[in-house]
Amino acid sequence: MFKFIFKRILEAIPTMLILITVSFFLMRFAPGNPFSSERTLPPQVMENINAKYGLDKPVFVQYTTYLGNVLQGDLGPSFKYKDFTVNELVADALPVSAKIGVVAFVFSLIFGVSVGTLAALRQNSWLDYAVMSTAMLGIVMPSFVLAPVLIYIFSIGLGWFPAGGWMDGSWHYMVLPVLAMAMMYVATFARITRGSMIEVLNSNFIRTARAKGLSYRYIVLKHALKPAMLPVVSYMGPAFVGIITGSVVIETIFGLPGIGKLFVNAAFNRDYSLVMGVTILIGFLFILFNAIVDILLAYVDPKIRY
Amino acid sequence: MHFKRSLLSTALLTTALMGASFVAQAAVVPEGVILAAKQELVRGNGTEVASLDPHKTEGVPESHVIRDLLEGLVNQDANGKTIPGMAESWETTDNKTFIFHLRKDAKWSNGDPVTAHDFVYSFQRAVDPSTASPYSWYYEMTTMVNASEIIAGKKDKSTLGVKALDDFTFEVKLQNALPYFVMMMGHTTVKPVHKATVEKFGDKWTKPENFVGNGAFVVSKWVVNERIELTPNKHYWDNKNTVLTKVTFLPIENQVAEMNRFLSGELHMTNELPNEHFRRLKKKYPESVAIKGNLCTYYYSFNTKKPPFDDVRVRKAVSYAIDRNIIANAILGQGQKPAYFLTPEIVANFSPELPAYGKLSQKERNAQAKQLLEEAGYNQANPLKFTLLYNTSENHKKLAVAIGSMWKKNLGVEVVLENQEWKTYLDTKKQGDFEAARAGWCGDYNEASTFTSLMEGKNTTGGIHYQSAAYDKLIKDAIETTDEAKRQQLYYAQEALLAEDMPLAPIYQYVKARLLSPAVGGYAANNAEDKLYSKDMYIIAQ
Repeated sequence: MFKFIFKRILEAIPTMLILITVSFFLMRFAPGNPFSSERTLPPQVMENINAKYGLDKPVFVQYTTYLGNVLQGDLGPSFKYKDFTVNELVADALPVSAKIGVVAFVFSLIFGVSVGTLAALRQNSWLDYAVMSTAMLGIVMPSFVLAPVLIYIFSIGLGWFPAGGWMDGSWHYMVLPVLAMAMMYVATFARITRGSMIEVLNSNFIRTARAKGLSYRYIVLKHALKPAMLPVVSYMGPAFVGIITGSVVIETIFGLPGIGKLFVNAAFNRDYSLVMGVTILIGFLFILFNAIVDILLAYVDPKIRY
Repeated sequence: MHFKRSLLSTALLTTALMGASFVAQAAVVPEGVILAAKQELVRGNGTEVASLDPHKTEGVPESHVIRDLLEGLVNQDANGKTIPGMAESWETTDNKTFIFHLRKDAKWSNGDPVTAHDFVYSFQRAVDPSTASPYSWYYEMTTMVNASEIIAGKKDKSTLGVKALDDFTFEVKLQNALPYFVMMMGHTTVKPVHKATVEKFGDKWTKPENFVGNGAFVVSKWVVNERIELTPNKHYWDNKNTVLTKVTFLPIENQVAEMNRFLSGELHMTNELPNEHFRRLKKKYPESVAIKGNLCTYYYSFNTKKPPFDDVRVRKAVSYAIDRNIIANAILGQGQKPAYFLTPEIVANFSPELPAYGKLSQKERNAQAKQLLEEAGYNQANPLKFTLLYNTSENHKKLAVAIGSMWKKNLGVEVVLENQEWKTYLDTKKQGDFEAARAGWCGDYNEASTFTSLMEGKNTTGGIHYQSAAYDKLIKDAIETTDEAKRQQLYYAQEALLAEDMPLAPIYQYVKARLLSPAVGGYAANNAEDKLYSKDMYIIAQ
């Protein structure tokens, strides 16, 4: 297993390097620059600003300097948020996105798998139909539609939860964003679990277990659940990444100070160093979570392990 | 104002002592006003601030926060009039040398006295090339001695025309006489910073744990993209009259999200109001919709260096055919006014005669426009075609569609609408890669030159490509004249020349519309620059 992990890390290095290089140059080629404004700045003022941020040097020199700094863990000063370094901004924003993301992910996983299993066990009952039609609704309703609906009902109408803000992560500020973010994944997890569970319950080894006279409860928990989880685990990787990137929409609607919000603002502001910093972070997370899913799959599925 | 503030604090104190509600009796505080027990104001503030350092910012959201944190030589009252700030009084004999007498009781939030040396240091820092202030050109506009040379790196910052005559007397020397110089000292970029703190912490001096300011409040918390919290500065010279105990600024860019948070009671005042919800909000929450005149103009600029707009007849025709009344009254309808000048009419003492086309009916304008276009060689067989560029926004789109159809209907013009994201749009404009483009400008101070200087040759390079020696001379004359009445006439002449050359088509004059809770007292409803000081505000019990 350690060899497997070590190999994944080695593979990650060239991937990250390509990511940094491509994004660095793409960013420079994008029209506009971090310091353009409505009123054209006098050339002298512009020169002073460019000199301060090293933009007066050739692009390749900027690139090598940047790469050198990144290797030392320094993502540089933000071009837009002039009182902060990119390291500070990312360090403040990541816990916000992570907290919302993890809570939404765990919620959708537990809730989705539970209702999916229930629906499978009561196949073609009213419960099954109710769960599956709600799931369908959850899948087709994007979060940018769901979020304003939730705000309209629970914030403006009932006044139960705030319509936005973070307040250091107090729970009642998290309820609506987590719900809005998790809904689609709850639905997808439920559908996947149901399908997989029905298939497993109809398979030969379950019939054998039944023939042995084992209790239904024991069969479901001990024999059926684990193989039924295979497609669910495969979906966990994309789901987690989806939740993290999907948070751009949620963070904007709910005004959460997370990575998604930071990324969108950075791109609009042409905040070169911040865009790069967040890109590196997201790229790293992508590689990390894909590796984790591979390891989990190896654990769940003996066919992969052996 | 000060009288009112002290009455209020007496009211607060009395309320605390009596443990019961208190009815203010003074004439300035409306009859029956009871202050709320919780004096915490929450303000929507548009985008996240780029910095809290006055020498590194250029935007409006930054100014809103910095206004509470740092106090310059002068402030503004609720009506936009310049009133003493750090300077108790000032004098000048020739409008070239200004002497400011600073108040002796002013202190920084760490207890240090605010002195003339602080202003010398701050002004020098702002023009220092190594500070790289995006607003250093503002100092050039004041014609402060050697400002241009220092920014250009040709002279040392110590040669700037500022001097501390003693601890509390600050002298500024200008190249040219500038009677509105004192008014210009109300801007964010001329606020002082605390030398020892800036030198000790560098770029990090604005962090809550390091911050030292001389304004009514200090930063106590700053979460990027979520909120900035301020608490009263106990050393502020007028702190006894500050009523609020906390001010929170929320950066909410999305206007609908901001509206939602106001409607669910999380905000006392929004920064903007979504246009498409205006009528509904006005009907449903009339008490919460606050509208005031604003020192801004919305216009379309023409690229005078490229066909078809290198022909003044085409520029005029296209401008005349815009029905500004429909735009201002029917489409926007929040109190915006049609614009025929680059300078909005709300600017103090600005009331020029309307240009000839402004006096005509729209029907007559359309007829003239048609004739001009025909003279320029465009007709049904050979219709005028051009692209109108605007930055991506629902509001700009709505106007572009409306104006495009006016052009189509009245002149047979075929216009292609092109929207670009903000920074791309700025770049396209700067490269001169456009034909006609949306633009807007809000004044830095309440005087016509903050608008008319936009069209000065050196400020349009790469911008809208208007280069007129005659216009530049009028600008120069206006700066140099010492006669107030003559300067006003020169501004009118500048506007008349703009109407003649039509490098831009003024469309409407902005209003500032926002949602404002009736619980907020002390809101400056007539300040055209929207300079709101939290120290003047309070929360009324509901």
